[in-house]
Amino acid sequence: MPSRAGESVPVGVLWIRRGTERKKLRTMTNTTSRLKPSAAALLLCALLVSLTGCDERAPQTPRLRWYVFAEPSGAFAEAAGRCSAAAQGRYQVELAPLPTDADQQREQLVRRLAAADPDIDIIGMDVIWTAEFAAAGWVLPWSGAAARRARAGRLASAIESASYRQTLWAAPFTTNTQLLWYRTDRIATPPATWDEMIDMAEALGESGTIQAQGARYEGLTVFFVSLLASAGGSVLTSDTRSVSLADPSTRQALGVMRRLATSPAADPALANAREDQARLAFETGTSSFMVNYTYVWPSARANAPAVAQHMGWARWPAVTAGRQSRVSIGGINLGVSSHSRYPALAFEAAACIAAEPGQRLAATRGGLPPTIATLYDDAQIRRTFPFADLLRATLRDAVQRPQTPLYADVSLAISHTLHPMRDLDPDEDGARLRAAVQRALQSEGLL
Amino acid sequence: MNGRTAAEQRLAWLLCAPAVLAMLAVTVYPMLYALWLSLFRYDLRFPDQRQFTGLDNYLSVLTSPVWWQALANTLLITVASVSLELLLGFCFALVMHRTLVGRRTVRTALLVPYGIITVVAALSWRFAFDPTTGFVNGLLGLEGAWLAERGTAFVVIILTEIWKTTPFMALLLLAGLTLVPGDLLRAARVDGAGALQRFFRITLPLMRPVIMVALLFRTLDAFRIFDTVFVQTRGAQDTGTVSLVSYNTLITRLNLGLGSAVSVLIFLCVLLLAALYIKGFGIDLSRREES
Repeated sequence: MPSRAGESVPVGVLWIRRGTERKKLRTMTNTTSRLKPSAAALLLCALLVSLTGCDERAPQTPRLRWYVFAEPSGAFAEAAGRCSAAAQGRYQVELAPLPTDADQQREQLVRRLAAADPDIDIIGMDVIWTAEFAAAGWVLPWSGAAARRARAGRLASAIESASYRQTLWAAPFTTNTQLLWYRTDRIATPPATWDEMIDMAEALGESGTIQAQGARYEGLTVFFVSLLASAGGSVLTSDTRSVSLADPSTRQALGVMRRLATSPAADPALANAREDQARLAFETGTSSFMVNYTYVWPSARANAPAVAQHMGWARWPAVTAGRQSRVSIGGINLGVSSHSRYPALAFEAAACIAAEPGQRLAATRGGLPPTIATLYDDAQIRRTFPFADLLRATLRDAVQRPQTPLYADVSLAISHTLHPMRDLDPDEDGARLRAAVQRALQSEGLL
Repeated sequence: MNGRTAAEQRLAWLLCAPAVLAMLAVTVYPMLYALWLSLFRYDLRFPDQRQFTGLDNYLSVLTSPVWWQALANTLLITVASVSLELLLGFCFALVMHRTLVGRRTVRTALLVPYGIITVVAALSWRFAFDPTTGFVNGLLGLEGAWLAERGTAFVVIILTEIWKTTPFMALLLLAGLTLVPGDLLRAARVDGAGALQRFFRITLPLMRPVIMVALLFRTLDAFRIFDTVFVQTRGAQDTGTVSLVSYNTLITRLNLGLGSAVSVLIFLCVLLLAALYIKGFGIDLSRREES
């Protein structure tokens, strides 16, 4: 590994990286020579030795740092390793693991990006950061042949999630969306709408519980955006500059939230439930419905085989009968930092990781759905995702969360206003929500 | 003599200088910088739009219900946890003071929670009170989701705080207890004073300075509560504290101007609390050291 060679001659590495450091070191030796000639001579010797040592080893393979959430299966590391090997010494991709929580990933990244940290080359960008990172000038746009290749064969919604103002800012890599999971031993045909599902769950009594995400965090925003889009509405107007949240769709979405939260079929801990709490609760077997991401399937098979045996999947419930649901899209796209020392190589490496072999690895090993549409027909992928067709159909109709540079503010405004769901008043809270999102868009006041 | 004192004073200042410089660099500079930033409209995402706005940020914070709600929550947590900690801490201190057998074991056992990292403590309390994975509901025969309701969420947060920092209080109070002269207590006993009388008439008045210092430390500490709330509710159910507001504004929204204004206001609150203790209750930190 070249990094190990670098560790043995730290000064040399510094000199390769930043030309300015070299000047600094020279002036340092100048001042010391005035103080104590013998010590200065010693220091100079040491520096010269390390300099020649470094010159022997140069040129070093550029080390590209890929900042991405710590993927537990090792699929990302393997994809990065494959691309590094294929590059035959032109670059070496090294993973810089981030927390698994998207909010915390962003916190760590934005502080580095705002400080122009050159250590970041490739960024595993959550779909909701595209507009923010692009507007702040933290990532480089994809253009020409690279953009064409990054778009080729990818699902339209995944490409849209990596775009902002008609420009592609990242290579679509993995994607994700929620499905409805239900107990086939208790329900014959899965419900088509939320109302139908709540009726079914209430009729089932004790075991009818519905698991959803009701805690005050990003997941609540996801839930609301999915409901709103399913009802035909959107948070922002199409130019993403002002608030939409028109009625009756907003009122319908809030109505479903309130009905769910006040129903005896809701989990008592709904107001504190995230994806994982919902998954764990479903795995205990006392719930009959759950809206959640695809990772719950391998998890249930491993942790609760008895539950997995009766676990069915269906399209996320609609809000109004006859209108297919539209669910928020998630996933990770690969962006190139504006402060990267090797932007051309970073683009190449990102494109390589996001190509078919990388997506296949991420899907089969890590359980992350691919963005290449034809992969859903692949036998190996279909073994990992037995619900591949449903997943692709859901992804084709998926909705983007508001694509604004102020997304973090907008999301806080939504989740803070709509929490807890049981206290919502569908007739009045639409206006409150509009005001809160408006304030967030102006980046004003506390949230 | 005078010349010597002056020389000694100079030496004292010289010896202090490195520490003073370090303090200037790591505390005074960031504080002044925050004060400066709080006068700007400045978002890290849009550095070009930086603009001097005077006291607008303060106005915006002070007219926001979010700030006042957070302040009320913070004060509630502070008052509830510190007062209960004082009571419990006193009990623990007396136990530690009076134990004859296994003194070291008792003291160590009581200090364990203080040695646990706050985030870990907060997480274990969250899991304990979780309706699916926790044991508390099973133990009490209840079914509620503690952290999903405002009242019970506060109970969990305050209990976590108490569990975590009572040992600190107890340790300070124990130090105070050892300062009470045994002769005095024995003399009172000879004069016929009961245990309660001795405690309230002799022990407590003699410990007053120690108690006040312990209260001051804990109050300032409790006012800045962040980790416990962040881990357990993230400020949901209206349990947000002022530190959480500052975190949301600075770290999540990258709004340096507004966030710095919140931080400066928190600093002023802490300053006010400290002044209240020192002037209002007459704590003299320097005299205590001399005695």
